[in-house]
Amino acid sequence: MNDLVQAVDWARAQFALTAIYHWLFVPLTLGLGVIIAIMETIYYRTRDERWLKTTKFWMTLFGVNFAIGVATGIILEFEFGTNWSNYSWFVGDIFGAPLAIEGILAFFMESTFIAVMFFGWNKVSPRFHLASTWLTAIGASLSALWILVANAWMQYPTGCEFNPATMRNEMTSFWAVALSPMAVNKFFHTVLSAWTLGGAFVVGVCAWMLLRGRNVKHCRRSLKIGAWVGTVGIILTSITGDTSAVAVAKYQPMKLAAMEGLYRGSHGQSIVAAGILNPAKTPTNDEAPYLLDISIPYGLSILATHDPHAFVPGIEDIIAGKCYDTEGNEINTVSYAERMRRGKQVQQLVAQYDVARRADDIAMADSLHKAINADFKYFGYAYLDKPEEAVPNVPLTFYTFHFMVTVGGYLVAFLLLALLFAYKPQLVEGKKWAKAWWWLGIITIPLTYLCSASGWIVAEVGRQPWTIQDLMPNKVAVSDLSAASIQVTFWIFAVVFTALLIADVSIICKQISKKSQENLG
Amino acid sequence: METYYILQNYWWLIMSVLGALLVFMLFVQGGQSMLFFHRDEAERSLLVNSLGRKWELTFTTLVTFGGAFFASFPLFYSTSFGGAYWLWMLILFSFVIQAISYEYRAKQGNVYGRSFYDTLLLINGICGPMLLGVAVAGMFFGAEFTVTKANILNTQAATISTWGPLHGLEAIGSWRNLCFGAMVYFLAASLASLYFINNIDDDAVRTRQRNMLICNAPLFVIFFLIVVALILTTRGVEVDADGNAHWVDYKYLHNYLDMWWALIILLAGVGLVLYGLCKTLIKPGYRKGIWPAGAGTVLVVLTLFWVLGYNNTAYYPSLLDAQSSLTIRNSSSSEFTLTAMSVVSILVPFVVAYIAYCWRAMDRNKLTRDEVAESNH
Repeated sequence: MNDLVQAVDWARAQFALTAIYHWLFVPLTLGLGVIIAIMETIYYRTRDERWLKTTKFWMTLFGVNFAIGVATGIILEFEFGTNWSNYSWFVGDIFGAPLAIEGILAFFMESTFIAVMFFGWNKVSPRFHLASTWLTAIGASLSALWILVANAWMQYPTGCEFNPATMRNEMTSFWAVALSPMAVNKFFHTVLSAWTLGGAFVVGVCAWMLLRGRNVKHCRRSLKIGAWVGTVGIILTSITGDTSAVAVAKYQPMKLAAMEGLYRGSHGQSIVAAGILNPAKTPTNDEAPYLLDISIPYGLSILATHDPHAFVPGIEDIIAGKCYDTEGNEINTVSYAERMRRGKQVQQLVAQYDVARRADDIAMADSLHKAINADFKYFGYAYLDKPEEAVPNVPLTFYTFHFMVTVGGYLVAFLLLALLFAYKPQLVEGKKWAKAWWWLGIITIPLTYLCSASGWIVAEVGRQPWTIQDLMPNKVAVSDLSAASIQVTFWIFAVVFTALLIADVSIICKQISKKSQENLG
Repeated sequence: METYYILQNYWWLIMSVLGALLVFMLFVQGGQSMLFFHRDEAERSLLVNSLGRKWELTFTTLVTFGGAFFASFPLFYSTSFGGAYWLWMLILFSFVIQAISYEYRAKQGNVYGRSFYDTLLLINGICGPMLLGVAVAGMFFGAEFTVTKANILNTQAATISTWGPLHGLEAIGSWRNLCFGAMVYFLAASLASLYFINNIDDDAVRTRQRNMLICNAPLFVIFFLIVVALILTTRGVEVDADGNAHWVDYKYLHNYLDMWWALIILLAGVGLVLYGLCKTLIKPGYRKGIWPAGAGTVLVVLTLFWVLGYNNTAYYPSLLDAQSSLTIRNSSSSEFTLTAMSVVSILVPFVVAYIAYCWRAMDRNKLTRDEVAESNH
């Protein structure tokens, strides 16, 4: 059992490592892909060679970044099988489909047209080349769509039914999976945040070049596109962040409570704008949740439900099954202890169904099947040893959420100013504080990356211990592997990915330095 | 139920096509493994540039093959990937290091130097085809695993697929699997020579690649004959109408004889491969050998998958418990999912069409030293 716990932890660590490295590169591919496509469109329409040089400058950086995103992506797909084999069977009927569609519809589009994009300048017509650049960007976004549909389904399993004959979940509605509110929100929120990162990257790189007085006109051209894409990205990311919060409140209330460090909820619940959690606080004691907090009245109720007086449950409320309607009447939701009891009952029914089916007792099997369906939503709770096991890591979720929101707010202001200065460069160029502004642009690049990674940490850590919300905890999803085996591969990948990251950053810096000294028009 | 059977067969056919195309596309890996034989930097750049425009298609085919297997036969994904952990991890590792090497090797600031990335390409070039061959060989010769779906109800030990302690290392140590891997590698290397001869307009490269082909093609033929002999004489698991699995001698030979059309396609595929190889070796001016040999490769691999999965055969036999063996019936997705995926598969010809169109547009003019010198990517 101890080895199982360690194997689960190392498998989680390995997946987190791969996902975080992967996500360092993917958002730049998504954001920069759109920016390059817009730049080439301007070149195609104007036939202005300066726009061609600008397009090729950013395309070089895109290529370096793209390769390592591909490298880390393949590991993620196969790790579902290697490290989470039980998961692969239990929900492969649903989860595999988006991955396959991603391969058929998106990856081939990306991989075919990116070759034309890089090597086809003198081999295909300008129109075909432009189409290839757009199709590469669209392919990348389509790829993101399907993988986010798959991820959203893990957060909010819908469009499926448990089949006790095969001991797995099976899809019943493709569109319920593909168009679930979680999936739609997640796609727009994630892809638009990538536009933000792409925009911030362009602004930051231009800021570095302007600090050195290199290719000012190229930078002005790039800044206009980068700032527009970044500004549109961050504004729409904020809007979709709001709708995401409503969806989380509805489908994953425990995650929302962890994001806010909220243990006991109330009507008209305030939101903690900034705070320090009390490390001694647990769901089973009466310690104060915060050592320090600055709260905004009604904030969380508005964020979660758009109703300032609504009740927002805290961690202890959710465990106890307490919730209230807007009139203050208690609603009897199901406590976690009860969920565990019903989950165990469902598992017994599945075992009985198996016996009945093998004995060809069709009537009994049908009757049991109905009983299983009625309470299957508690299936995963049977694996929990105690209700508190279903509480995610509150400090990590809380701090990364607040970091993300704070930096997100900063990015709105920064990118709006960057857009203004892109069109009115005289407001900044030649001013005493110009250098400070450009340095801010450079610093904003890593900040945006951290903000983006924080978003994923909130999404993934906040739903622990579930691999599939309410249906399968991590300890059941994992493969039959020793902790030592996974440790070895974890460290191999840690070393390899870090070495590749060093090379990636070094090449990008060198390319920026080298190409910025060329005449870019 | 009949519809479900048809869908299961259809998706095994799709997997066969993807697997066959992947084996053909492994010429990229074969080409990588020969880079060090070209000591002249300009020659090596020609080879890298030629492969650099195709490697992502191989990579994408591998990823799609994995994704499609997950979607259509999730029990295989669950059992093989989680069980033969080390084998699959080594395969993944070899492809990770490939993905960045093309882009980084010639870039300034790449930290580790050009030869480091060429070495990574060499590792992927040899290990990629070899280990993929070993993995596929396991589907013919079996592996030591058990599957107990009801374990999911055991709250203390819920793993449904269990495997021996070596977790795939034993597959790499099996001489039969290694023969299969060697066959795939030498096929990839032979196809790579044919591809270079077709794609690169350079006499020095063509001469050297023809010499490479003289070495690799006979080795491929030898390993191919060994593997065919092994497959046709080995046991396989057959499943009866009631779902009972049992071992049958010469199962794959019986399958070829029962499915005579597969045997004809196999022979046609072998003929095409030999035609492509021999004509290229005999006629110095002949440069299109990649096409008959490539088409033949696809046909041969298709039939290997067919005898593996059709005719009531377990495509992943368990050496510990025949009843745990995976068949296209007991390991597939539900009828609903296969139907939904089948709708998506209608788009596959469209995907193939645009890949072919782009390939043709990009390769209309053969690669030359001048083009590589002018290229800034």
